Amino acid sequence: MNAATTIVIVLCLAALGYVAGRLRANQVAGNVASSLHSRPGYYGAFVAIFTALPALLVLAAWLIISPLVINSQVFDSLPQDIQALPDTDHALQMGKINSIAQGLAQLTPEDEARLKSGAVDMRSLLGEKGVAIAGEVDDYMPAAARKLSAMHSASELYRTGATILLAAAGLLWAWMQIKPRMRARNSVEAVIIAGLMLASSIAVLTTVGIVLSMVSETYRFFSSVPPLEFFFGTVWDPRFAAAGEADSAGQFGLIPLLAGTLYIAFVAMLVAVPIGLYAAIYMSEYAGQRMRSVVKPLLEVLAGIPTIVYGFFALTTVGPFLRDISAQIHGLAFGEVSSFIQAQSVLTAGFVMGIMLIPFVSSLSDDIITAVPQAMRDGSLGLGATHSETIRRVIFPAALPGIVGALLLTASRAIGETMIVVLAAGVAARLSLNPFEPMTTVTVKIVNQLTGDLEFTSPQTLVAFALGITLFVITLCLNFYALYIVRKYREAYE
Amino acid sequence: MSDAVTPPAAVAGTGIQKRDIGIKRRYAAERRFRAYGLIAIALGMLFLAALLYTVISKGYTAFQQTAISVPVTFSEKIIDPKGEGAQNPQGLMMANYPVLARNGLVKELGIDPKNKKLVSAAGKMLSAGSRVQLRDMVLADPSIIGKTLPVWILASGDVDSAFKGQVDLSVDQARRQVDDQQIAWMNQLAKDNILVKRFNTGLFTNGASSRAETAGVGVAIIGSLYMMGIVLVLALPIGVAASIYLEEFAPKNRWTDLIEVNINNLAAVPSIVFGLLGLAVFINFAGMPRSASLVGGLVLSLMTLPTIIIATRAALKAVPPSIRAAALGLGASRTQMVFHHVLPLAAPGVMTGTIIGLAQALGETAPLLLIGMVAFVVGFPASPMDPATALPVQIFMWANEAERAFVERTSGAIIILLGFLAVMNITAIILRRRFERRW
Repeated sequence: MNAATTIVIVLCLAALGYVAGRLRANQVAGNVASSLHSRPGYYGAFVAIFTALPALLVLAAWLIISPLVINSQVFDSLPQDIQALPDTDHALQMGKINSIAQGLAQLTPEDEARLKSGAVDMRSLLGEKGVAIAGEVDDYMPAAARKLSAMHSASELYRTGATILLAAAGLLWAWMQIKPRMRARNSVEAVIIAGLMLASSIAVLTTVGIVLSMVSETYRFFSSVPPLEFFFGTVWDPRFAAAGEADSAGQFGLIPLLAGTLYIAFVAMLVAVPIGLYAAIYMSEYAGQRMRSVVKPLLEVLAGIPTIVYGFFALTTVGPFLRDISAQIHGLAFGEVSSFIQAQSVLTAGFVMGIMLIPFVSSLSDDIITAVPQAMRDGSLGLGATHSETIRRVIFPAALPGIVGALLLTASRAIGETMIVVLAAGVAARLSLNPFEPMTTVTVKIVNQLTGDLEFTSPQTLVAFALGITLFVITLCLNFYALYIVRKYREAYE
Repeated sequence: MSDAVTPPAAVAGTGIQKRDIGIKRRYAAERRFRAYGLIAIALGMLFLAALLYTVISKGYTAFQQTAISVPVTFSEKIIDPKGEGAQNPQGLMMANYPVLARNGLVKELGIDPKNKKLVSAAGKMLSAGSRVQLRDMVLADPSIIGKTLPVWILASGDVDSAFKGQVDLSVDQARRQVDDQQIAWMNQLAKDNILVKRFNTGLFTNGASSRAETAGVGVAIIGSLYMMGIVLVLALPIGVAASIYLEEFAPKNRWTDLIEVNINNLAAVPSIVFGLLGLAVFINFAGMPRSASLVGGLVLSLMTLPTIIIATRAALKAVPPSIRAAALGLGASRTQMVFHHVLPLAAPGVMTGTIIGLAQALGETAPLLLIGMVAFVVGFPASPMDPATALPVQIFMWANEAERAFVERTSGAIIILLGFLAVMNITAIILRRRFERRW
């Protein structure tokens, strides 16, 4: 019986337990509900929890542990010379044995007879059944495969038995526990709160997962490329060499990627900050209710558009537009039409990213400007300052720390942005100050190194994790600092 | 201001003592400042309009596709030369169906069948997708062999572009994909109503294809739906449970502080980092299949979780304390208070936050690239474990294709994606307007 069926059976038992528990509670109370500590439903839930929870936990543990045990046992039964092979070959051998075991399970008795008589060889027979075996079938493999499937079916049998028995035992035990003074609600609520706690720790687990996975892969990367060469190298040339070629060491310099990332983010901020800030100031200080209710949602539409759409916009519209217009300008200035802005360039990517960031700047700053106390405005206006003077000399300085925080959050978004730069910034890793030429970013290189066929041992793919953790750390620092500023600022006026 | 110092009579009389405080200059500065604000807003609106205009003007034609009604003779000589019929399905699979379509068109156009050059030019007007289309017809009903039936066959991507007026006909014919002869034929067929634009159902139902005219986002929509389902099943309950714990039960200590800082940070971690996490943990460590929507769903769930938690906490916070006090006062336990009173009252806010989180997840591309969803998937995924792609990833893959017809498809797919997002966001707004309570 497979795991899914077992789960369904356990859940059915739990439902049964619920009904039985309820009935039992009513019965022991002699149908006088007030003599029970908890309402009857809680007794039902108590039984259901004790039926399902231990059984499902055991099932989960079994599912995780049993393949490991079985594989190691099968592996121990292999001939000595196979066990002596290096680790990477082990995985290959076990994979083959696994697929043979799958194939053998589909054979009919006739096929078995044909196999025994030697009329067909195993590989072609399994191939007929739709199980492709990579490479030749060695002599020891069928035996190991048979052992593997025998152990699997035994494990499955024991697993099903143990789970269902445990469920039934839990049901019975909990059912016997039911007495009028038993505090079923407290137990049920304890389980619920434990569940809530578990859910809230998922966020921490995610962060731990991110850090652990990236640190371990980065560690592997640094065993083949020295950290100094990575962090301070100025040449990015990973050389996607054919697999197996030993001398395929490339150069993994972070500097050009980081420079491109920061440059593009800088251009984006140049576009987004003035537009976003002025829009926020106008909306919070000048605009009437009607204009606000129209403009604000419209600007926020810009934030809701997926970044891939911006990338497409940059690729098909903005890039060619800038290229053509630069050709026109060049033609007017020098009489010779040639474009000095390339279609994929720092300017294209930065400009479009800037459009994407406008709503972030404007809505964050809007909140912060609105939070400046009205008394400060009234005071300044009362002293005879014009509206714009009030804004520039009083409100803006008061809001400045919060706005800086908002801008840092925006910058962190610009640095981590991927799809726009993948489509519009280009892939050439170079150090240059010319915004009209393509540059590349950390995120582009992560995508480039990890799409396509992967081999998880080469520095060419592992470098993506080193890039990823660099990105993670940079954005983390920016976020921490920004959140700290924003929070501190909010407290100051509350 | 300083005028107040001088007696009013003097001001009225001469006006000479009136100190120049630069009112004109200052008012001009005021007007400039306001103008900057208006310009900023106008620029924002302009960019939005330009973006939408580009996408829609390039993409609305993708919802129509040019098709040609060709009288196809299912000639036995070509499909089944050995007369094996249904006994040899392999033979029926391999037959040269495009020739049938081409011959039909040649007859329709009245070209001399011996003129190889013209015949081949006519054949190029039809989509190579005719192979699958006619083969499926024959396999479904082998009795049509030998008969002549009118069949709607898609025009090739180039003819489709030309018919929609997207090809610049003033360019020398050697430098464009459709030559003058084909244009002439196209106009002739269009005049007879044999070549027409029809609603493009293939865009919604087909899978990946290297030919623009038969490529569609069907597989991508299914993949995206699977992922949204997984996100909903995982992120909604976990997110709600986590926020209930943090908002209603958690003691104020280091651990809960850590969780809180963590959630705020996760909300701002670049999405591509989640892709790396998915690749390292779900695929390399847990051994899940690449390109599967299951892995995509898990990664997107982790990404959406902070959004849902932040929205849910805000909704729980908005429920006034008096409700809690009343419930507790009537003897409810804390759990009963939360689940019977606070959570139902916060439900509209939770729903709004969830829909917005889902909309974000639907548009996310970068993490999906890393877990291998950039796959060329033709067949529909039967379960979340099968290889699939997602709507934004399909857009990314098409955006890298050079052909004119693919630009149109890409924009069409973007319109579909934006349509989904608009529906989700409008639902969220309506939910908020309809059910939000102000206490």
